[in-house]
Amino acid sequence: MDFDLPREVRLVRRAVREFADATVAPLVEQMEQRDEFPATLARSLGDLGVLGLVTPAEYGGSNLGHLARTVAVEEVSRVSAAVGISLQVHHMATAALGEFGSDAQKAKYLPALCRGDSLGTCAITEPTGGSDLLGMTSTARAVGDGYVLNGRKCFITNCHLSEAVVTVAKTGEGPKGISAFIVEKGTPGFAAGRHEHKLGLRGADTGELVFRDCHVPRENLLGNEGDGMTIALKTIGEGGRPGMAATSLGILQACYDESVRFAKERTLYGRPIAQLQAIQWGVAEIFAELQASRWLCYHASWLKDSGRDCGVESTLAKMYVSEAAVNAAKKAVEIHGACGAMMEYAVQRLFRDAMVCVSAGGTTEIGKLVVARAALA
Amino acid sequence: MNIVVCMKPVPDPRRWGKLKLDPRTMLLRRDEVPAVINPLDRNAIEQAVALRAAGPGTVTVISMAPREAEEQLAEALAMGCDRAYLLSDAAFAGADSLATARCLAAAIRRLGDVDLVCCGSYSLDGSTSQVGPQIAELLDIPDLTHVTALSLQGGTLRARCATEGGETVYECELPALVTFDKEVNVPRTASMTGIMRAVSAGVTCWTAADLGLSPAEVGLGGSPTQMLNIFTPPAARKGEMLEGSPSQMAAALVAKLGLRRHAS
Ligand SMILES: Cc1cc2nc3c(=O)[nH]c(=O)nc-3n(C[C@H](O)[C@H](O)[C@H](O)COP(=O)(O)OP(=O)(O)OC[C@H]3O[C@@H](n4cnc5c(N)ncnc54)[C@H](O)[C@@H]3O)c2cc1C
Ligand SMILES: Cc1cc2nc3c(=O)[nH]c(=O)nc-3n(C[C@H](O)[C@H](O)[C@H](O)COP(=O)(O)OP(=O)(O)OC[C@H]3O[C@@H](n4cnc5c(N)ncnc54)[C@H](O)[C@@H]3O)c2cc1C
Repeated sequence: MDFDLPREVRLVRRAVREFADATVAPLVEQMEQRDEFPATLARSLGDLGVLGLVTPAEYGGSNLGHLARTVAVEEVSRVSAAVGISLQVHHMATAALGEFGSDAQKAKYLPALCRGDSLGTCAITEPTGGSDLLGMTSTARAVGDGYVLNGRKCFITNCHLSEAVVTVAKTGEGPKGISAFIVEKGTPGFAAGRHEHKLGLRGADTGELVFRDCHVPRENLLGNEGDGMTIALKTIGEGGRPGMAATSLGILQACYDESVRFAKERTLYGRPIAQLQAIQWGVAEIFAELQASRWLCYHASWLKDSGRDCGVESTLAKMYVSEAAVNAAKKAVEIHGACGAMMEYAVQRLFRDAMVCVSAGGTTEIGKLVVARAALA
Repeated sequence: MNIVVCMKPVPDPRRWGKLKLDPRTMLLRRDEVPAVINPLDRNAIEQAVALRAAGPGTVTVISMAPREAEEQLAEALAMGCDRAYLLSDAAFAGADSLATARCLAAAIRRLGDVDLVCCGSYSLDGSTSQVGPQIAELLDIPDLTHVTALSLQGGTLRARCATEGGETVYECELPALVTFDKEVNVPRTASMTGIMRAVSAGVTCWTAADLGLSPAEVGLGGSPTQMLNIFTPPAARKGEMLEGSPSQMAAALVAKLGLRRHAS
C-alpha cells in the first residue's frame, strides 16, 4: 500500500499552490467585496492548464486524472473556495462532454473550455428541488431537426460565464424520460437570469438559466435521447460530489493553517494560547478531521482513476468532508476569539464558505441516503 | 540554440526551521526537509526556456545529486525544459564546488554542441557562487555572473551584471556561461500540460563512468577543499547602555569600537 501521491500529482500540487498564492490570493478581497468572478481568471486557469485536467490531450487537456483534479481543486480552495467551486463545476462539464459527447461535440467544445475562453457548467437543479431529480419540470419537445426547451434552472455555478452549458430536460416520463443537451449562449430563447448573492463563496458566479421556446439542434443532444438521468447521476456522483469534497477539503486545510498560526501568535497570560489545553484540543480535532477527509477524497479519486465504481465513496467523501469543514471552521472561529468574527481575518470567510458547500453537490441527507442504501444492500 | 541549465536541489527554505546538522558527519540532514529547485535556478530555467522559444534548439537541464532529484528535474521539464539528466553516483558524494563543476562540465561536454550554459548566481545552501565560473573555466568559455538582464542578437549576448557598486553591461560571444540573479525575470509556474510532458519525457541517469571521470576526479577524492568543522556560532549577545550627552556617548562608542579619532 502506497500513501505517496504519484509524482505528477505532487507536481500538480506544487504548481497549483504556486498559482493560487500568486494569482488567486490577491483577488480574494475583491471577490468578497464585489461578488463577481474576476474577468481574467478563467484565462489564467486555462494557461495553467487546470481546466483540462480530466480532458484528453487531443482535445486540449492534460488528462492527468481525477486524483490530480482533486488535489488541484483542494489547493485552489485553500486560498479561495469560490474559485474552487467554479473550477470543479467546470470539470463536471468537461467530464460529461468527454465521457458522453460525440467526437464532433468534443472537438467543438472541449479545446475552448480547456483554454479558458469560458468556464463550463452543468445545469441540473430546478426550483422544484435539487434532491428530487425526477421532479424536474423542464421539458424538451422533439421537433423536426431538434428540440424545443422550456424551463428554468437555479443555483447554477458559472451560469453567466459559460459559452455552452450542459443541461437536462424531460423528453418523456420516468428515469428514461430525461435527456441531456448542450446549449450555446446566444441561442434564441436561452438566457442567464438572476445573479444570486450568497452567504459564502462570494465571487463564484451562481444564478439562473431560463429556456423559453429555445430551439436546440439535434446535434446538441448529449448521448442518446433518454440518457439524461444516467449522465446527470454520473456527472454529479463522480464529478460534482468529489469536486465539492475537494473544495471543502481546501477550506479545512485553511482552517487548520489559520488556527495553528493564530494559536502560536496570540499571547494570553504571558504565553501563546497554543499552550492552553483547550486550544490544543481544538487544533487536534481540526487536524483529525483534515486527515480523515483528505484520505476519503483521495481514495474516491483513486477509485475513479482506476476505472472502478466510485459513486458511493465519492458521496461519502462529499457528505463527510463538507460537514467536517463546517465543524473545523466553527472551531477555527472559536480559537480566534473576537478576531474570528472580524472581516479582516480569513476564518469568518472560511466559516461562511463551508456552510455553502453543504448543499452544493447534494445535501448531507441525500448523501446519507446513498451511503445507507449501499451499506444496507 | 542549445542551452544547458544547471539545477541544484536545495532544502525548501520554508522548512529551514526543521533543518539539522549531523554532528558526526558534519553534513546537513536533508531527509526531513523536502528539496526544491534552487530558487535562482528557476530564473535560469525561465531564461533558457524563453530564449529557446525564439528559435529552434533544446533546453537540457542537468543536476548532480542523489536519485530523489528526479523530482526537481521533472519539475524543470514541466516548466518547459526538453531533456533532463541526473548525474548520480555514490562516488560523487562529498564533492566540493570544484568536483561538482568538474562533473557538470564533463556532462556538458558529453552533451556536445552547447551554445549557452545557465546557472543560478548562488545556491541557497552551499552558496559559494563558485560552481558556475568553475564550469566556464573547465569548458574554456567566457562567463558573466550576477546577470539581471540578458538579450541575444545574432551570436552576441548582451548582459547587465550587478556589481557591488552598481552594474556593468557586457557583450560576449557564444558559447558562454551565465549566472542569474533573481531580478532577471519572474519564473513561470509549471503547467499541467508541461507536467504531462515531463512524465513521458523521463530523466536519464549518468554515472561517473558515463562521464569518463575517474574516482580521483569526483566526490571527496576530487575535492581540494576539506571541511574541518561546521558549527552554529554561539549567539551570545550582550547589551550595554551608554550614558551622558550625545557627544559623550559618541566618544565612548568610538573608544569601545577601537576606532581612532580623526583630526577634523
Ligand atoms: C453554491 C451552490 C452552487 C451550486 N451549483 C450548482 C450547479 O452548478 N448545477 C446544479 O445543477 N446545481 C447546483 N447547485 C444546486 C445544488 O445541487 C442543490 O442545492 C442541492 O442538490 C440541493 O437541492 P435544493 O437546494 O433544491 O434543496 P432541496 O432538494 O429543496 O432540499 C431541501 C432540504 O430537504 C432535504 N431533503 C431532500 N430530500 C430528502 C430526503 N429524501 N430525505 C431527507 N431529507 C431530504 C435536503 O437535505 C435539504 O435539507 C448549487 C448549489 C449551491 C448552494
Ligand atoms: C554549509 C556548506 C558549506 C560548504 N562550504 C563549501 C566550501 O567552502 N567550499 C566548497 O568547495 N564546497 C563547499 N560546500 C559544498 C558545496 O555546497 C557543494 O560542493 C556544491 O555542489 C557547491 O556548490 P554551491 O552549493 O556552493 O553552489 P553555487 O556555486 O553557489 O551554485 C551556483 C549555481 O551552480 C549550479 N550548481 C551548483 N551545484 C550544482 C549541482 N550539484 N548540480 C547542478 N548544478 C549545480 C546551480 O546553477 C547553482 O545555482 C559546502 C556545503 C555546505 C552545505
